Amino acid sequence: MADSNQRSNIEDHTSNISAYPPDVTFHDLIAQNKRNSILLIVGMGVLVVVVVQAIALGIMAYVGAGSEQNVFSIPGLILAGFASVLVVVGASTWSYFQGGKTLLSIAGARPIEKKDDPELFNVVEEISIAAGLPMPSIHVMDEPALNAFATGRDPQHAAVAITTGLRKKLKRDELQAVMAHEIAHIRHFDIRLTMMVATMVGLIVLACDAMLRIAWYAPRSSKRSSKEGGGAQAIILVLAILLAIVAPILASLIQFAISRQREYLADAGAVELTRNPQGLASALSTLASDTTKMQRANRATAHLFIVNPILNAKGRENLNSAFATHPPITERIQRILALTR
Amino acid sequence: MIPGIFEILLLGACCFAPLLLIAVALWGVGIYNGLVKLRIQCENAWAQIDVQLKRRYDLIPNLVETVKGYAGHEKETLEAVTKARQQAIDASSIQDQGLAENLLTGALRQLFAVSEAYPDLKANENFMQLQEELTSTENKIGFARQHYNDTVSRFNTRCQQFPSNIVAGLFKFDEREFFELEEEAAKEPPKVEF
Repeated sequence: MADSNQRSNIEDHTSNISAYPPDVTFHDLIAQNKRNSILLIVGMGVLVVVVVQAIALGIMAYVGAGSEQNVFSIPGLILAGFASVLVVVGASTWSYFQGGKTLLSIAGARPIEKKDDPELFNVVEEISIAAGLPMPSIHVMDEPALNAFATGRDPQHAAVAITTGLRKKLKRDELQAVMAHEIAHIRHFDIRLTMMVATMVGLIVLACDAMLRIAWYAPRSSKRSSKEGGGAQAIILVLAILLAIVAPILASLIQFAISRQREYLADAGAVELTRNPQGLASALSTLASDTTKMQRANRATAHLFIVNPILNAKGRENLNSAFATHPPITERIQRILALTR
Repeated sequence: MIPGIFEILLLGACCFAPLLLIAVALWGVGIYNGLVKLRIQCENAWAQIDVQLKRRYDLIPNLVETVKGYAGHEKETLEAVTKARQQAIDASSIQDQGLAENLLTGALRQLFAVSEAYPDLKANENFMQLQEELTSTENKIGFARQHYNDTVSRFNTRCQQFPSNIVAGLFKFDEREFFELEEEAAKEPPKVEF
């Protein structure tokens, strides 16, 4: 009964699987991904600068509310602009070169050598050969939870990490599938994209938060007036606060949307490498059955992992919503199995 | 004299023709470099297959020695492996080598099947390590071939597709052959006996 149910479900989904026309190759997608990375970083960088400018304006309006003289200082705005550009460029450069290492240490991943786990090393090397990439460094996270992720800035500087729990649980072909999923992320340059986007989202959240706090504690004249200028200042202030609240949410939504799309693509890429959809499907159902919470994962790093490390009310089976970092696992399994036909 | 439409067009053509030519030339250079890159990738992919095949030749003597210690009287199987290895190394043409490699794969499988009957051998750490390495090397050979074929497929597509086929024809980029070497056994449907 359950089996036939699942089958009909699979058939429902096969119709919308050909999201890409058949003549689009993985290499087109990789090129597209690199372009998107640049566009997104520039776009989000501009957003940071705009937010900083707007909120600086808001603060000026706030501080100046009630005073007679013009509080909007052009040099102040220019200064805020320069400072934010510097921070954006600095943070993205730092994250480009150091982000991978930082993410690994946040996740508590330690590098291992071939003698520690020859099978894992061999499996990663096999998939690297299939992808024609240099071998990434291999890391292990000492956690019972089942998860894995990849990071780095490009295939020459990449790392894969797996929890000890998942390592113990998977059979060889499943392990191969999981590693192929991670190497697909490396091959597609998702690791760079997600790292840079995460940095930008972090900056936006930070900037908005800082500005809201400054606005909260900033000194202002005690006497409020209802003069014309005061009205305009109040509107600017309200708009700036609105922006400071909405911008981080919007930025996160963009980040989650990217992350979900990348997961489907990495699943397809993994099957392209192993030519074994069953392996990935069975690995994913093992991952779906896991109810252990990951200790060293948080909302900022959740999108990196092969399955969402943060459990919600429904366990690992997350809802198909705009706020999800991953698509529902059942949906992923159905799309993978559709490749066998 | 007021210039007519013809003169204006001619002037325009004179100005833009060199620019257009430069643009086309740059475009051609881009395509050419792309083809060169793909050709090098094909060669690297081919070399990777050899690396893995050599790795297998290197592992086999160790394996044979280890098995001898526990299952010395499985002479036929051991000799078949050693012979197949030598044949593969000595093969001169790609066709011969392919056949020999298949023989070797079969002989190794036979050896591992036979070793199932020797619990002491199976528990030997050295043997387990060698078995893992050989299984993995077998996979690596398969994946290296797959990667070679994927790369060749991209290269050949580029050689045939317009407009890169013009550049490919001009500079004699020849399409490459796929690594097609199916095992005879794999071609036949599996026999089921009751």
